[in-house]
Amino acid sequence: MKLGEAFAYTANHDLEPAKRTVVFIHGAGLDHSWFGLQSRYFAYHGWNVLGLDLPGHGRSAGPALTSVPAMADWVIKVLDAAKIQRASLVGHSMGTLISLDCAARYPQRVERIALIATASPMKVGEAFLDAAKRNSSDAFDMSTIWGHALQVPLGGNPNPGMWMYGDTQARLERLAPGVLHADLKACNDYAFAGDVKCPVLFILGKRDVMTPPRAAKGLQDKLPGARTVVIDFSGHSLMAEAPDATLDALIDFLQ
Amino acid sequence: MAGPKYPGFDTLALHAGQSPDPATGSRAVPVYQTTSYVFRDTEHAASLFNMERAGHVYSRISNPTVAVLEERMAALEGGVGAIATASGQAALHLAIATLMDAGGHIVASGSLYGGSHNLLAYTLKRFGIATTFVSPRDLDAWKRAIRPETRLLFSETLGNPGLDVLDVPAVADIAHAAKVPLLVDATFTTPYLMQPFKLRADLVYHSATKFLGGHGIAIGGVLVDSGRFDWDASGKFATLTEAYAGFHNMDFAEESGTRAFLLRARREGLRDFGACMAPMTAFQILQGVETLHLRMPRHVESTRKVVQFLVGHAAVAKVIYPELPDHPDYELCKKLLPKGAGAVFPFEIKGGRPAGKAFIESLRVFSHLANVGDAKSLVIHPATTTHYRMSDEDLKKAGITAGTVRLSIGLEDAQDLIDDLDRALKASQR
Repeated sequence: MKLGEAFAYTANHDLEPAKRTVVFIHGAGLDHSWFGLQSRYFAYHGWNVLGLDLPGHGRSAGPALTSVPAMADWVIKVLDAAKIQRASLVGHSMGTLISLDCAARYPQRVERIALIATASPMKVGEAFLDAAKRNSSDAFDMSTIWGHALQVPLGGNPNPGMWMYGDTQARLERLAPGVLHADLKACNDYAFAGDVKCPVLFILGKRDVMTPPRAAKGLQDKLPGARTVVIDFSGHSLMAEAPDATLDALIDFLQ
Repeated sequence: MAGPKYPGFDTLALHAGQSPDPATGSRAVPVYQTTSYVFRDTEHAASLFNMERAGHVYSRISNPTVAVLEERMAALEGGVGAIATASGQAALHLAIATLMDAGGHIVASGSLYGGSHNLLAYTLKRFGIATTFVSPRDLDAWKRAIRPETRLLFSETLGNPGLDVLDVPAVADIAHAAKVPLLVDATFTTPYLMQPFKLRADLVYHSATKFLGGHGIAIGGVLVDSGRFDWDASGKFATLTEAYAGFHNMDFAEESGTRAFLLRARREGLRDFGACMAPMTAFQILQGVETLHLRMPRHVESTRKVVQFLVGHAAVAKVIYPELPDHPDYELCKKLLPKGAGAVFPFEIKGGRPAGKAFIESLRVFSHLANVGDAKSLVIHPATTTHYRMSDEDLKKAGITAGTVRLSIGLEDAQDLIDDLDRALKASQR
């Protein structure tokens, strides 16, 4: 579905005012399809689904946004365009920061937030940022390799016939120059200092090397009422590495 | 600063796609010899059918053993994923049927395996898909043959049997300028000798029957997608970018830009045409893939010895191998195939058809049969077997004659192979 310049995946469903809405917000350099299985589930189980492509990603036009608050403002504008007053947000990595920022600054618009693979602060290494700034393939390698548990290139993909490393690389190679750097810098620069009143769920991968569970500790301390699900065998890309466990955690939290 | 590294080719050949079996701890890939999989409940069943959960439903669509081979080949090629098929021919058909409808057009190399030539020149024509054949070395011919309805450029990485080395980057650029993908048949090179995606090809398929298996005991194919071709931006692939009534009005490129091709190929192509790979076949081919990185260097090493022997033999009129300085693609071969130009090559015996017949019938180590890429050395006479439907004119276009003999060099002692050839060549001249 096109909402102005924005693309939102709805799994072929029209938005219905009577339904609850869940918005999926992807991580750095990725797009809505990173939530493919999970977003389809909710769309076919009575929810309005908006799987967003942030500007400059997937099917959304425009230059990439350069700060997390700007991305959060953009998400709210998309909700306005879709005439959705209130929604639950499911964010992955950079998307968790956007979800947090939305929940803190637009509390009346956000029902619940699920944070999949998060850290606060979400600092990005200098070498990674520099490689992304140069649009070097090294940045794609770092994003791909650190973006999965170490066993992923050798282990089996739950999605038959697919190779997770290859899929991530192909997505990153499709990005316009500068998009990955803009995303990583936005993560690196963001400092969450707000207050979140809505229910919060953390879904963390025990084998995540990019945002390991310990990196979420500061945020968990700030949100004492939040629930946490740690998935033993997954790395950073939980929606692909542990699709069923991630979906089950979301169903339990959002239903 | 050195960044993180991908696992090496040899490690991927042994491990990619499989962690020890969670049910039993089996280190080897288990053969899941089953047609179907029990659903946890009705909700689970519905979510598997509707692509809301990952898993297997029915082995025509996917199977855990076959999935290991698919993921391993995707890893070895550097693609997003793969689909294993009943044969290499099934992989070629699956690629074409996924990309175009009746009215579509293909530009293909004229130096193809006879079976591929048949499919394009005769069989697909009956279904409204036309093909223009061009010399793979003539880049202008590739460009001139492209029409508004062209949906695919297709060639072998090493032409069969003339061993034309495809200038993959140049032909890929021509394809991309026309907003269509380049598909290559990489059977002769395998991902060990060439990784076509690094040279900008978009789709790769193999007859897994050949070097991937290496043992000559199983027929199979595998189709791999790079995930790099932008179907949306092309605007020419309605099968991937428009709602498909046959699967919940799914727009495959909307589901995933990188997975669109494989989604449709699996959800439509395997479902409806049904040319899937059997689990035992996948297991057998995996046994070969696990030693591909050990076998291919030996294949190439022995081939080089045999080629040098034949070049100097009085009974041999001509040897065609891209590593020879008189081959038209000598320089290109050095650039694109630094690890070797494979282990299949033709040569011409002096004395024409009668000499060829005597030669083949005098061999003792080489087996006379219609296959290549086996651990055992093989020999065939293309004009009476793989290319038997082709006219003399088409044979000439493919760079062979009625006297051409094709060898596939195996893993035997190279000197035994040379001795066998020497004996048979002498017999051919009596």
